[in-house]
Amino acid sequence: MKRKIVSALLCVSMIAVMLTGCGGGSSSSSEGGDTEQSEESGDGDSSDGELITVGFAQVGAESDWRTANSESMKETFSEANGYELIFDDAQQKQENQITAIRNFIQQEVDYIVLAPVTETGWDTVLQEAKDADIPVITVDRMVDVSDDSLFVSYVGGNFKLEGDKACEWLKAYADAKNISELNIAHIQGTIGASAQIGRTEGLEEAAKKYGWNIVAQQTGEFTQAKGQEVMESMLKQHDNINVVYCENDNEAFGAIDAIKAAGKTVGPDGDILVLSFDTVKAGIEMTMSGEIICNTECNPLHGPRVAELIQKLEAGEELEKIAYIDEGIFAYGSDVASVTIDGTEYEVTEVTQEVVDGRKY
Amino acid sequence: MVKQEKSSAPKKKLSLNGNSFLLLITVGLFLAMYAAGMVIFADKGFAKPQMFFNLFITNAGLLVISMGLTIVMISGGIDISVGSVTALVCMVVAYSMENMGMSAYVAVVLALGIGLLYGLVQGFLVAYLEIQPFIVTLAGLFFGRGMTAVISKEMISIKNETFLAWANYKIYLPIGSYSKRGKFLPAYIYPTVVIAIVILILIIIIMKFTKFGRSVYAVGGNTQSAMMMGLNVRKIRLKAYILDGLLAGCGGFLFCLNSCAGFVEQAKGLEMDAISSAVIGGTLLSGGVGTPFGTLFGVLIKGTITSLITTQGTLSSWWVRIVLSVLLCFFIVLQSVLGNLKKKK
Repeated sequence: MKRKIVSALLCVSMIAVMLTGCGGGSSSSSEGGDTEQSEESGDGDSSDGELITVGFAQVGAESDWRTANSESMKETFSEANGYELIFDDAQQKQENQITAIRNFIQQEVDYIVLAPVTETGWDTVLQEAKDADIPVITVDRMVDVSDDSLFVSYVGGNFKLEGDKACEWLKAYADAKNISELNIAHIQGTIGASAQIGRTEGLEEAAKKYGWNIVAQQTGEFTQAKGQEVMESMLKQHDNINVVYCENDNEAFGAIDAIKAAGKTVGPDGDILVLSFDTVKAGIEMTMSGEIICNTECNPLHGPRVAELIQKLEAGEELEKIAYIDEGIFAYGSDVASVTIDGTEYEVTEVTQEVVDGRKY
Repeated sequence: MVKQEKSSAPKKKLSLNGNSFLLLITVGLFLAMYAAGMVIFADKGFAKPQMFFNLFITNAGLLVISMGLTIVMISGGIDISVGSVTALVCMVVAYSMENMGMSAYVAVVLALGIGLLYGLVQGFLVAYLEIQPFIVTLAGLFFGRGMTAVISKEMISIKNETFLAWANYKIYLPIGSYSKRGKFLPAYIYPTVVIAIVILILIIIIMKFTKFGRSVYAVGGNTQSAMMMGLNVRKIRLKAYILDGLLAGCGGFLFCLNSCAGFVEQAKGLEMDAISSAVIGGTLLSGGVGTPFGTLFGVLIKGTITSLITTQGTLSSWWVRIVLSVLLCFFIVLQSVLGNLKKKK
């Protein structure tokens, strides 16, 4: 008797297993059906005929910037635009990205877009992609591989140029306002990050060129808490600081808190000017109020630029190894209309309510 | 009629044996999931042989590490340090070759040495000082991660030629598939897969046919009676941890061959993947029950879920965790039901 009960129980559990297996399957099969249908409709609509499949291996969703980056890709590579996007969130793990790329290869996607978690360790899997004739475009960060032909192009911010833009703006602003002496407190990003290296280089070159004093230089690790802490100690050591150069918005938020706590004021009429980078939503709002006097953008909207490259590849054109993304300069007031770097003129956007409202991220 | 009953009787007994029943479910689940994937995602390349081999390529390190964990769990212990051992091994391997100019062969020895040392120390603390294995290996986890950061906070990329030659050596198989453009692409594996399979077979043999293997089951199943049978429980536990440590070192090295870099953040949470693979493969956390063969399927199931969700393309990859948690829950409940039935009998 007992045995019968047991075996009945086992049967039930087996069926349960089967059902869960099939249940999971059927839901995804309906999804699969959807894509098939749309593929068919895509066939009718687009002149090219087939959808271009793009596999995108994203780092994760750790910041607003990253989320905006993912959204940009999803918007650009929509079925309406003739693409099918396979999106993978690696949860900040390189091994997950390697797995995802292997998967993309087996799916025979037409292009792989990789926002690498880390710069190294890509040789093996990118070689597999190359063997399968799938072009790889890296975004946001470079990959460090022994053979450069393993990826066709890099799309991302030009961090050195961002630094140059901020410094040229500062120079022009100082000239316009007749500020003769600049004593700069420099709060750096996480040491070794490509954003830190580029932005620091920009400032150090400009300081040499224009004879600015960098009175203090320390890392704020791209965080608000650390930015505040560093600013506090800098203010205690030096009382002549009139410019703070923060390498991202979060550091700037912290620094501004520290300055206010020390009884000083920020802004065009205050004691200290704050320069920042990234231009996230909260950052641009503070730029409108003048608390951040100039905010140089680090544009997360990589989608259109990547799509442009893919269209070029589709047309059989050769690509440049590096494709920088367009990035703006946002400033308080209209004292500086544009800056010129290496012969190219970059427009400075005065932050108004409209600009803030039009900002998605 | 009589004959039929007779032949069906031993079968029933077999299926009532908790150990093999759990294994059966795991294998069945894997086959069902993979078959479903092949049908649903046939147009997305899921049916290609390479897709199957990718399961092994991607999870070679995890497979070896899970083997070690299976042994320790059968002996009634646990080891949560394996993830940081992997990170430490990767870092030491990368650092020794890139910054100290050592050869790749020395790096292998170093990797195994780290694993062995971990096994010895943790095994000694657990077996002879009778400290809770969770606490001992938690300390091991912190130590490993901490040491990795001390050696280098920066990521070290491996450029050693011998090492890269190992990592990129493709072993082509006689089967393959045709690409959309009609090009024949032979399926391939890397040496890591061969090593992992050889280790798997070795461990299966050790656990099934050697005195040590059977003693591990005895110790994990009932320490008291194992002691009364005259088994040296402490020595067996120590040995189990040493073997586990060695396998963690080896698995770490295989992991490194896959990622070709040393970095602090590497392999975070790998211990949890290994434990869940063992549990899904039919290993009891209370010890005494489990097989390396089952763990293989635990690993494969985890890999298949990841593949399915990546192939699907629009689901968030966090669903991998959710599905895994449901499976874990299911298997734990099943284990407990079976355990209770056993007691009643």
